Amino acid sequence: MSKFKKKTKAETNIPTSALPDIIFMLLFFFMVTTVLREQEILVEQKIPQATQLQKIQKKTLISYLYVGKPKNTSMYGSEPRIQANDVLINTSDIVLWVNQEKDNLSEAERDQIWISLKADRDVKMGPISDIQFELREADARKLMYASVGRVENN
Amino acid sequence: MGKRGRMSQEVNAGSMADIAFLLLIFFLVTTTIASDKGIMNILPPKKDPNQPPPEVELNERNIFNILINLNDDLLIEGEFRNSTDGLSDEIKSFVLNFGNPDEDAVALFNSLPPSLKGMADQSPESSDHPMSGGAVISIKTNRGTSYETYLEVLDEVKKAYFEIYGERVGLSGEEYRALSGQTAAEQELLDRGKEGIPMAISIAEPDKIGS
Repeated sequence: MSKFKKKTKAETNIPTSALPDIIFMLLFFFMVTTVLREQEILVEQKIPQATQLQKIQKKTLISYLYVGKPKNTSMYGSEPRIQANDVLINTSDIVLWVNQEKDNLSEAERDQIWISLKADRDVKMGPISDIQFELREADARKLMYASVGRVENN
Repeated sequence: MGKRGRMSQEVNAGSMADIAFLLLIFFLVTTTIASDKGIMNILPPKKDPNQPPPEVELNERNIFNILINLNDDLLIEGEFRNSTDGLSDEIKSFVLNFGNPDEDAVALFNSLPPSLKGMADQSPESSDHPMSGGAVISIKTNRGTSYETYLEVLDEVKKAYFEIYGERVGLSGEEYRALSGQTAAEQELLDRGKEGIPMAISIAEPDKIGS
């Protein structure tokens, strides 16, 4: 038994002096990765799932279009709407919007613009195809259907 | 200075961890790890009213028809379905059918790895060859089709192509998809994978009925 008694005499304090450093490291990680949302999303966003996702390397080339049922149905109705930047726009305004977004890019990158279509999963194909038609008109043909990953079950 | 010197020089740092914790929790809550991921699609160029689109004669056997109606039911090559299970395998064998290959397509066939050669059924009812002007996947929706189902189908089609491309360069479909093309070696793999087999996905304008 004397062996066990010896153990209890040993120092039991865990050194916590490095704890702040560890926490700070985590803190810096989240501070660096965080993107404070600069715009309010006015439409519902339940992003659909898919498996074959790809990533765009240059984020500055991406412009976002949000499509979905407005959150504030009393003000904007319950039909799916398109949000660009922080306002709801009509389908006919897309060409104008694309040109504005293209102007924000440098001249060499103007043709490489990607449109990320963040559409709600409950949206029907009607509005989606209207958007695609307008994007073709605006010559912004690189379209990405934003979706979240799904674990394959096979 | 004398008085101070006698006092403890250390700053009380015990609550530092707490303060850092508070900040950490704040950033944990506000953070949204940006996910710029999705299914890429290149739209066709806009129709020029002065220039009618070139008439491309495609035989029925060279088109893999996928129709989705407003109830999200699928009609694949004239066959009714209500799930997308196994669709990507069917597309793979359709694309790699080599039913009636011309000279270039025979050369392409000979360059394929054995695993893909084995998929060529050479059925006269399926596609002639996977090169441009050969196999085309056509997806047609209704205005009432849900976006989710459409993406699910597009996902399966993309999967079939990525698996073919990956197989050609000795990667899995997943690994091929993750290639960014930022280094010359990766770009070479990307090019070698899709060389001669374009991703021919045609998305037809939806029907107006039932919208």
